[in-house]
Amino acid sequence: MPQLAVLGAGHVGPVVARLAISAGYPVAIATSGDPANLALITELLIPGAEPRWAADAVADADMVVLAMPLHRFLRVDPVSLAGRFVIDAMNYWPSSDGVLEEFEDGGVGSSEIVAKRLAGSAVVKALNHIGYHELEQNARPTGSPDRRAAGSAGDDPAAVAVVAEFVDRIGYDAVRLPSLAAGQVLQPGGPVFGRVLRRPEFEQAVASDQATARTPVFAEAQSGQDVLT
Amino acid sequence: MTDQLAEKPTSAPEPERFPLVFGLDTFGDRNGDADGKPVSHAQTIRNVVAEGVRAEQVGIDFFGIGEHHTDYFPMPAGDVVLAAIAARTNRIHLGSAVTVLSSDDPVRVFQRYSTLNAISGGRAEVILGRGSSIESFPLFGYDLADYEELFEEKSALFAELLKGGPVTWQGTTRPALYDQDVVPHTESGPFPVWIGVGGNPQSVIRAARLGFGLALAIIGGQPARFAAFSQLFQRALAKFGRPPLPVAVHSPGHIAHTDDQARAEFWPRWRDIISLVAAERGFAIPTEESLGWETGPHGALYVGSPETVAQKIALNLRALQATRFDLKYGMPGLTHEALMTNIELYGQEVIPRVRELLAPATAGSASSGSA
Repeated sequence: MPQLAVLGAGHVGPVVARLAISAGYPVAIATSGDPANLALITELLIPGAEPRWAADAVADADMVVLAMPLHRFLRVDPVSLAGRFVIDAMNYWPSSDGVLEEFEDGGVGSSEIVAKRLAGSAVVKALNHIGYHELEQNARPTGSPDRRAAGSAGDDPAAVAVVAEFVDRIGYDAVRLPSLAAGQVLQPGGPVFGRVLRRPEFEQAVASDQATARTPVFAEAQSGQDVLT
Repeated sequence: MTDQLAEKPTSAPEPERFPLVFGLDTFGDRNGDADGKPVSHAQTIRNVVAEGVRAEQVGIDFFGIGEHHTDYFPMPAGDVVLAAIAARTNRIHLGSAVTVLSSDDPVRVFQRYSTLNAISGGRAEVILGRGSSIESFPLFGYDLADYEELFEEKSALFAELLKGGPVTWQGTTRPALYDQDVVPHTESGPFPVWIGVGGNPQSVIRAARLGFGLALAIIGGQPARFAAFSQLFQRALAKFGRPPLPVAVHSPGHIAHTDDQARAEFWPRWRDIISLVAAERGFAIPTEESLGWETGPHGALYVGSPETVAQKIALNLRALQATRFDLKYGMPGLTHEALMTNIELYGQEVIPRVRELLAPATAGSASSGSA
């Protein structure tokens, strides 16, 4: 099992950490501060996770989940994440979080900008389009008829495969998208953001967005393909 | 087990330490008239005054006003409205729900609410937070990206101001204070202050560190997932050497005579407002199905007949170890008349029923249905 480091202990981080622990992943969680401040939160909300300094958590991790507000990400040292699979669960959401100049680039997805800053990492956009309050209550075992679909978008197919497996193990039908550019469909305002969709509906929503939009989305082999189990 | 409780009331579980409190919150949701046309901002505000007065008459403990700055929530100066209600009432507690402290001055907030406390004879409260309100940041020249830093520093200053003595303080978000006497002084110590928390456990820790009550704002998803937050709050209070403090739940809802009527009144208004916000912020438009889930036994909305709503409140107060419930009533477009009915049913039927459901069983009321 890949070792996971969750960066952020706000709304999203603890929920992702809990799901990952249930799925059997070893999980460290960190904020920008002293892990001692996370001791109670970890003990009561994320039993099994290890609170650590961010640098230590990342150093030992195979996969890093970015679950911090996007403006905080701008303070992360890109070198520390080099060589890791990185799940970008963040959103650029100016109407909710304010305008960030770095992300005001029309037509370029927020994860593409994240990836540009993390040149040494394999960035995959995932889990950003599911509300933190729904992440646990919508998770279902493989094969459940009402299992919700969740996108994994990235430029590196190996990284997308690893993240898609993670997404599947924590309870979602992983739909792979072949590039971070294609992952723009997962963003706020996109056709699947915040919507509870099963795989066929999810793929249809993505495909009909593709018909009108800027970026080709599905590589044929990706559509309907079973994820790793 | 019930007999044991009756014989030994001191062994009551932790939540019983605090009395049950039932409140109403509004954002000054702009009313509609009978034809569905919006009434003026001014009339909506006058209606809120009437609603607050009615709330006291039907036995409600608290009336809260949330700060908003929009056409559909024209309520930026809730403390002024609360002062009008204070002048016409005697018993009901009056407070913000919430004050957006990050884009305000803690000194001014303290002054406004200690003035309200004076007018009302000690009935003021403040809930600090952000809510989903973001309009105040650009309006007053703040950057949303600074939200955390602003709130951290300003809430700590607010805790200092609340102690009552001259304040010496230095920070980055407002001018320093040197041995500053901030008036008006309160007559009987600090008024109650809460922090509204929407799902960030670090905010729970902060409330405990500052010694403020915890107000859980649960506006979507399963309320039960917040149970660990109550536990976290009490453990954190102990860690900071503070006595236990109460936990409140704030959730939206609408009460009418029947489930069907409540749903029929609430759904189109909820759909319209959520659709508007969804369009602004890019998330999914609600469906009647998603409303059905949220108003069902596991969802966050309290929409239905008095019995339906009472059962759900009792269930969730228990699950969350909370002793206070504040119903955020109203939605933009609902009529003042529908809101008055909601308030009356809440005060006269829902609250007594929840008290009955949550009463520790005694010999005399063994058949009251408390479980």
